[in-house]
Amino acid sequence: MRVTNHPILSIEPKKEVTITVDGKTVLAQEGESVAAALLANGIRVLRYSEKKGEARGIYCGIGHCYECRIHLKEVGEIRACITPVQEGMELTVKRGGQKGES
Amino acid sequence: MKVDAAIVGGGPAGLAAAKEIASRGGTVVVIDENHRWGGKLLGQLHEEPKSGTWWKGAEIASRLVNEAKEAGAQLISKTLVWGLEKGWVVYTSDLFNRPDAQKRLEAKALLLATGAVEKPLPIPGWTLPGVMTVGAAQVLTNLYRVKPGKRVLVVGLDVLSLTIARAMKLAGVDVVGLVLPLKTAFSEAIANPQKRLQAFRTMVDLAPNPLMRMGGRFLRTDWGVNLAARFYPPWGMTVWGIPLLLKKALIEVIGDQQVEGVRIASIDPQGNVIAGSEKILSVDAVCLSGGLTPLGELAATVGCQFVRLRGLNGAVPLHGPTMETTVDNLFVAGNITGIEGAKIAIEQGRLAGLGICHKLGIGQVDQKECEQQFERIHQLRKEAEISFHPEVQQAREQLLHLWKQKRDR
Repeated sequence: MRVTNHPILSIEPKKEVTITVDGKTVLAQEGESVAAALLANGIRVLRYSEKKGEARGIYCGIGHCYECRIHLKEVGEIRACITPVQEGMELTVKRGGQKGES
Repeated sequence: MKVDAAIVGGGPAGLAAAKEIASRGGTVVVIDENHRWGGKLLGQLHEEPKSGTWWKGAEIASRLVNEAKEAGAQLISKTLVWGLEKGWVVYTSDLFNRPDAQKRLEAKALLLATGAVEKPLPIPGWTLPGVMTVGAAQVLTNLYRVKPGKRVLVVGLDVLSLTIARAMKLAGVDVVGLVLPLKTAFSEAIANPQKRLQAFRTMVDLAPNPLMRMGGRFLRTDWGVNLAARFYPPWGMTVWGIPLLLKKALIEVIGDQQVEGVRIASIDPQGNVIAGSEKILSVDAVCLSGGLTPLGELAATVGCQFVRLRGLNGAVPLHGPTMETTVDNLFVAGNITGIEGAKIAIEQGRLAGLGICHKLGIGQVDQKECEQQFERIHQLRKEAEISFHPEVQQAREQLLHLWKQKRDR
């Protein structure tokens, strides 16, 4: 899902950063947000809603709506869209309530 | 920490203001939540209508950052502002709002340059991963160079959605088309093909060639709009290879764990669904454009007077010719004062910086210098090639009128 060539913008190589999501290794790039890193690896679901257990992902992309929360070890719920990736970050996609429950 | 001025928001307005104040000897701190400086400017990428050169927001942002730093401004990122006390005390915390990361900062003057936020566009299925605002798609595509999806539908026609649809196309995304949102209480103003064709007037300068061919000039008259709405082809017209399907609306987004497709339908010139016209398109992402609105929450918490003006796309803090609000030593600049382009935001930031210097007696800034900068913005607005609302000029005049009324009372 990464843009590999662009007619206007230059694509510069970035330093790789390793993070994990639900125990699986994901390769991210230095300076990008958690949300961008996960999307680049085809991961859209960042959590399941607390009550109905519905999948949730990025919405506003600027830290305002809080839809993109994901669990970061030792910190808690973070906003994936404005949190930069860091080597060794351990993320968990939290499971919410049973689907169909109100 | 004690400073002359604290600035909330490190976008074009905040950074430009910081440079003005710091270069005149004032102590200034800029606070931003993001880890990258530039705010919404970071993701901007569009072709300038007249010159044909490309506006690369990230490059302009890094120039503004360097200028602010060189002038001596202190930039604090990954920090959020959660409270204000008049006088001023600014309460901050880290990105995760941890109690042990809380700090307080004292400042003589405060500038709120918090920018804008996209209005939500509730549509059945909009919480599915893969549905995002056009602004999110812009940051992902242009800043992080990650595609929002392989096949993307864009919903809503305005300057922003058109620009971002093109940016996605440039990045290699298959943009299947641009449709209108289904008419609901939330989307009333933007779900009507006739009204959208009127809005084309503000977009003709952005996409001069393709839209002129579609009759941009013709659309400057009301009768032209009525006629075009009636005869606009249901299969749409193509701009930059993107089908503009003004006679189609999004009914719902379909998917289990994430976006798998969309249900769209044909609509009449008033935006009503034509029975039996529904069909399903396969896409993996949907970008919604509900339009931008000024973000004035912090100003509201300290009792700032607000006015709501259509031409500014929402409620804004009432402010005068030096950008000072109805609260003493509280200034505003950029999109918090109304939705306009980054070029205007930069100049407004400069004006607010001058205004703060004038008020606090930093660097002998006189009234005249502020007036000249005010005039400069007025001129720039007149010459602006891209406008977010056809009535922005009048709205600015009305705002100033309301300010004078308040002052004279």
